[in-house]
Amino acid sequence: MRFKFLLSIISFHALVFQLFAQTTETTQGSVHGNFQIDGQYYNPDSLIGAPKVSEHWLSNAYGSILYTQQKFSAGIRYEAYNNVMQGFDSRYKGQGITNRFARYRDDLLDITIGNIYEQFGNGLILRTYYEPGLLYDNALDGISIISNPLKGITLKGLMGKQRSFFTMGSGIVRGVDGEFALNDLFDSLMTNWNTRVNLGFSFVSKFQADEDPDFILPENVGAYSGRIQINSGDFVFTGEYAQKENDPSATNKVQVGGKTYYSYKKGEALFLSSSYAKNGFSLLLQAKRIDNMDFRSDRNAGLQNLLINYLPATTRQHTYLMLAFNPYATQPLGEAGGMAELQYKFKKGSLLGGAYGTDITFNYSYAAGLKKQHVNDSATHLTLYKTSYAEIGKEYYHDFFVEINKKFSAQWKGTFLYANQFYNRNMVQFGSPFAGYQDISADIFVADVTWKYKSGSALRMEAQAFITKNKSNPNAGSWATGLVEWTPQRHFFIAVLDQYNYSNPDASKITSTFKQNAVTELLDITGLDSWRGQLNLHYFLLSTGYTKGAHRIALNFGKQRAGIFCVGGVCRNVPASNGISISITSSF
Amino acid sequence: MKPIALLCIFLAFQFSGFAGDGDKIPSTTLKTLDGKKINAKDFSNNGKPFIINFWATWCTPCKAELNNINEVYSEWQNETGVKIITISIDDQRSSAKVAPYVKKQGWTYEVYLDENQDFKRNMNVNNPPQTFLVDGQGRIVWSHTGYAEGEEAQLIEQVRKLLKGEALSH
Repeated sequence: MRFKFLLSIISFHALVFQLFAQTTETTQGSVHGNFQIDGQYYNPDSLIGAPKVSEHWLSNAYGSILYTQQKFSAGIRYEAYNNVMQGFDSRYKGQGITNRFARYRDDLLDITIGNIYEQFGNGLILRTYYEPGLLYDNALDGISIISNPLKGITLKGLMGKQRSFFTMGSGIVRGVDGEFALNDLFDSLMTNWNTRVNLGFSFVSKFQADEDPDFILPENVGAYSGRIQINSGDFVFTGEYAQKENDPSATNKVQVGGKTYYSYKKGEALFLSSSYAKNGFSLLLQAKRIDNMDFRSDRNAGLQNLLINYLPATTRQHTYLMLAFNPYATQPLGEAGGMAELQYKFKKGSLLGGAYGTDITFNYSYAAGLKKQHVNDSATHLTLYKTSYAEIGKEYYHDFFVEINKKFSAQWKGTFLYANQFYNRNMVQFGSPFAGYQDISADIFVADVTWKYKSGSALRMEAQAFITKNKSNPNAGSWATGLVEWTPQRHFFIAVLDQYNYSNPDASKITSTFKQNAVTELLDITGLDSWRGQLNLHYFLLSTGYTKGAHRIALNFGKQRAGIFCVGGVCRNVPASNGISISITSSF
Repeated sequence: MKPIALLCIFLAFQFSGFAGDGDKIPSTTLKTLDGKKINAKDFSNNGKPFIINFWATWCTPCKAELNNINEVYSEWQNETGVKIITISIDDQRSSAKVAPYVKKQGWTYEVYLDENQDFKRNMNVNNPPQTFLVDGQGRIVWSHTGYAEGEEAQLIEQVRKLLKGEALSH
């Protein structure tokens, strides 16, 4: 199959090459690419819950090659998991070519065959994308055509099947999207308008055969959406509303008394965002409501597999460890929420601005479940609940924070932050109120100070505290974090990080047992053996890296605590681990 | 493995060697902050060099780099005529935060949105920040990943070298 496909790429390319060789000046094509290898050596550590890894060493790697020549491009990506690292779906096993495409693009037409990444509007009904750090890839394997028949009109059509690990999902996805930039379309009428208006409409349908002996399941499921964006001076408004036809699936079914109740309820999603920004001031307001919008090309798929759409979280994505300790993830089955963010820059020379200016940010985000009224419909088992826009359900998450960024002198600058977070762990992490964990309320403090002692050399220090009364392990109790990062010259850095779980309610149990290892032996020798129990509450990590041009190598030695880590808007669970890890990235 | 090898051999033979640096910007649709669509291959700076910088609102070193450059940007422009084009790879979760952040910071860079990261893939960027230097003829001549405090001095040095026709260094 692959061989045939590559042959077809080559023939297609040869054809295009011939065409252009005749009509235009022949220019040399170019080949570029990038690769990344992550590997880790795992030490079991029963105290932090790091499991024994039979292979000892696990690694994830990928490499892409992209060939471009004028209007033609083609690419392949090879991935290898020997075996896949802890914290990723174990169905990523082995190696192979997971992505290949050929694309021709001119001003009128843009055609891709092979693997396709596309997003309609905000992605509420279709978004295929690749995030290697999270091993997320829901690319469509098929054909896509994009056309600009008139100035201001973009039409898209696509169809294909989605990637599922090293194979493809069984469902077929078809979609069309139209976007209309009114100002460009009605050029003469709207030239003097200070306001830009864009409208968009999408339709996506999936097909999957019904092989269920007991239920009549819809084989074709459609979803449609409409969107608007208005820009007027310093003001921006965007809104999108999407609906999905009834789509009984593994994620929205309910099991009661050994019986399966499929949900035939329609799904809907609403996303609104509005901002105003001028002269150092900005205000952003966002709201969204999602009901039964888990949309996959296989009704039996779960986790991150075979998702067709993307439902963005409206909470702020944090990078400081203690703030990102309990990150929020969108609940596709039902959620209402919003965010307000106000930012202000005190100018240089003002009272609060000082010599270099001061930035301040206030942010509040909130997410809750929907208030579901259960419908007594035992005869048909069709719709299992009703919701109303007027009411919301139980709180899932909130995050209030104030952040101040201040440059004190040419050498010193700092970021200071206070946050109050609430995290309904049962619902956000496990999707069930009965998972058995306590809700987490926490006050969080961060200070991050950088001292640039000469050009290209800096010392950065972070102090963080996460103060909570939460008693549910893992990661119960309060935490303190310290980081020192030294960049003696621009190519190289070395950092020491310690996350200290100083008030874990199980501290006595954890500290009474210890594992004999090189560090504890050293403590015995030095007479500091009373410290060794305490060590189990510390998660030390030594990190170092070297960068040259577009190549980077990084090494980590130490412990990683269990938790959810989010990159680029998607989150994954990472188990506790103890060991040595290496990461090499390169682009050329 | 055979098919990859075949494809590589085919490409290598047909075009007298792999072109390294010096290639043009690949054709990719990006969005302006007010919702217009543009093509990255049309980026230019009237025959002078320009810089393409990939960043995100959730990327702390990226913001440090662009804020530090912002303080010296007008001096850079007066001296070399260089222009900075920034590409936000924020997706739908945070792309609405880009315009307010840029305006609040008072950046005068050109800012574009790459919401589904098509341009990031076409430029083979692994992680932000990544910076490309493009010469006056629109050829990508230099690239760098990551940011260390003060490293912008190295970037402008490369622009000066490019203008003088000297070899660039990392």
